[in-house]
Amino acid sequence: MYFLITTGQYILFLIKIFSRFESRRVYFPKIIHEINELGMSSIGFVAFISIFVGAVVTLQVAYNMENPLLPTYLIGLASRDSIILEFSPTMISLVLAGKIGSHISSSLGTMRVTEQIDALEVMGINSASYLVFPKICATIIINPFLIILSIALGIIGGWLAGNLTGICPTEEFLLGLQYEFIPFNLAYALIKTVIFAFIITTVCAFFGYTTKGGALEVGQASTKGVVYTSILIIICNYFITHLLLN
Amino acid sequence: MIKVDAINKSFGDKVVLNNFSSNFESGKINLIIGRSGSGKTIAIKCMLGLHEVDSGAIFFDKRNFSVINDIQRKKIRKEIGVVFQGSALFDSMSVFENVMFPLRMSERMSVREMKQRVDFCLNRVDLKGAHDLFPSELSGGMQKRVAIARAISLNPKYLFCDEPNSGLDPTTATVIDNLLKEITYENGITTVINTHDMNSVVDIGDHIVFIKEGVKKWEGDKKNFLSSKNKDLCEFKSSSKLFV
Repeated sequence: MYFLITTGQYILFLIKIFSRFESRRVYFPKIIHEINELGMSSIGFVAFISIFVGAVVTLQVAYNMENPLLPTYLIGLASRDSIILEFSPTMISLVLAGKIGSHISSSLGTMRVTEQIDALEVMGINSASYLVFPKICATIIINPFLIILSIALGIIGGWLAGNLTGICPTEEFLLGLQYEFIPFNLAYALIKTVIFAFIITTVCAFFGYTTKGGALEVGQASTKGVVYTSILIIICNYFITHLLLN
Repeated sequence: MIKVDAINKSFGDKVVLNNFSSNFESGKINLIIGRSGSGKTIAIKCMLGLHEVDSGAIFFDKRNFSVINDIQRKKIRKEIGVVFQGSALFDSMSVFENVMFPLRMSERMSVREMKQRVDFCLNRVDLKGAHDLFPSELSGGMQKRVAIARAISLNPKYLFCDEPNSGLDPTTATVIDNLLKEITYENGITTVINTHDMNSVVDIGDHIVFIKEGVKKWEGDKKNFLSSKNKDLCEFKSSSKLFV
């Protein structure tokens, strides 16, 4: 029952976001601000994780391909596909759900319990649209860039690990990267990223926006937002993969 | 004038407002008093449309706020200023931006006019040099004054204040009371204030409504308030040191 009620409330929340917009002049600076706050501030974090996980992926692939009959360039190929298909779009989105999502939930939750959202409503402003729509636009715009950056750095991390440990020389790794590359895989990764960005923003915003109580409830809303977002990302990942790759 | 006509509000089985009616006149300070949890804040939130009433009607100068659509409500809300209990200033904005915000959203003025209006409002609440400060850098009294400046920035016809003195020392509370009184009389605003501060009742109350457990128990002016023999009101008054 709780699931149905919450889903219904979430849908009503989405309708509220996409109805009765304020003027465009109001949203544009807010979108730029959110891109900076949610996206640009995540670059270092995403870069750090991507380089190390890319390196680990390469080492693990190499570890599983010790058979001398398998060509070494397959290490580059397998690392590339793992990073493009799964690691960057899904794992980084899960990481961003923690970072961006908790920020969105807690900031909106705090605004709710300190009556700032009520203040907006009383001024005749559609608070859901004013507060959440710019965040949705910002994450949908910036997350694909973060994922492209993550893919690039993940591959660089993999190349560094392969090269420094001597398990996959540069020529072999580059050959693997180029071997039977399917451009649609990149499109698949970016489609996933955009859908995940929408989920991260709206689900976390929903739990923050509907917070009732005080500081304790803000913390709970933040946790709930991240947990539900992560579950939804994992479920959607399966369906998107089934739809786009099968 | 704001007319509240027999409104009822419940949350689940709990009745918060029971057949609450009153008329709040223009150019007067109307106080809703009562103990914590008596339904004062819910009454104000119902009048603001933040909670929908279960039954009854609220009229803003004969416009029935309870039955109109969102667009018509938006028009009325442009005529309302609110000072929330915790001030509800936007943390990410400076004092200047907080007061500018309603003007920017209403899109009625040029940037120059808006700046002049913000300066006027901040001067009016005696916060001349605080333009660039953020809410976290302000004292409780200053936050309340910024909230009042924001509430009056659009020249409201109706001003609602939810416990404007809560958390303030008696001197600052008197300053806030006097400010609200002056603003109300200067501009002929219909001011509705929630309070349980007896000093406010004695100092600024023109019209007083006493609520107990969601039911209006007494209504009248300051003179009658002091002399009333209403049992519930006397009980409430006796709990204040001012009347001991």
